[in-house]
Amino acid sequence: MYGALWRIMPGPLWLRILLLLLFFAAVLAALVLFVFPWLNSFVNVNDVTVGT
Amino acid sequence: METDRRGEVHAGALKRRKRVSVVGIAGELFITVGALVFLFLGWQLWLNDLIVGADQDKAGSALGESWSTAISAHQHTTPGATFDDPVVAVAPGDAVKFAVMYVPRFGSDFARSISEGVETAKVLDKNGIGHYPGTQMPGQVGNFAVAAHRTTHGAPFKPLASLQVGDKIYVQTPDGYYTYGFRGLEYVRPSGVGVLDPVPQFAGVAPTDRILTMTSCNPMFAASERIIAYAALESWQPISAGAPAAIAAAVLAKS
Repeated sequence: MYGALWRIMPGPLWLRILLLLLFFAAVLAALVLFVFPWLNSFVNVNDVTVGT
Repeated sequence: METDRRGEVHAGALKRRKRVSVVGIAGELFITVGALVFLFLGWQLWLNDLIVGADQDKAGSALGESWSTAISAHQHTTPGATFDDPVVAVAPGDAVKFAVMYVPRFGSDFARSISEGVETAKVLDKNGIGHYPGTQMPGQVGNFAVAAHRTTHGAPFKPLASLQVGDKIYVQTPDGYYTYGFRGLEYVRPSGVGVLDPVPQFAGVAPTDRILTMTSCNPMFAASERIIAYAALESWQPISAGAPAAIAAAVLAKS
């Protein structure tokens, strides 16, 4: 999986590393901005009121 | 013989490694999912708490400042004046922000709005502190009961257990500043609605004191119990008297 990702990338080593970092930054941003807040609405481990 | 066999095995392993194997992909997937879970936990319990908490402080501070500057200068009362019984407002509509809480023990810039209602998604996740509908309002004889998260979603009540007897809890409304003094903690079951009684845990008794009750989850990161913090009203001053000195900076911060 990650081996294939490394092989399909073009260019010399430094470009590959740069592309990889950019790719992971994009994935991380998507997670934090969209996926995690959505996921968080299903996770409710902390009821704080009495009588529920 | 042995050397040959070992060499054979070695070559075979190399050849196999070049092909895509089901076990290899499954392993990478598991590692990825594991990393994602830890990323989510870090985001939920730390990063998002910082971001949402700072947002809530900023919003609360802005709300408090808008009330304290809404009156003109000549309305200001002289310092040292004494005041009558606190003004008691009427409970607003659902999810409406009607007060701001300042707790110096929680941090000098702690300023969180209090909204009507304790619905998780509507109030507690978004606005921070929620007021139990049907309980009394700030300054009213009886029990002004509120709830807030202790972990996640900005966690207004994260340091609730760090309160010490006598610590001041300031509640600001468009009418004035209500200063409560912390009295003690109690731990109850999630069904312990007695803490919301006008005289907490004494159903049917006519109240004479003005109590503030704060509820949150206990232990932290779980919800098998509730932590309850009680405070009693010590003083009140109208908005025209200005903010109490201890929170004056927080009321006007981030302008």
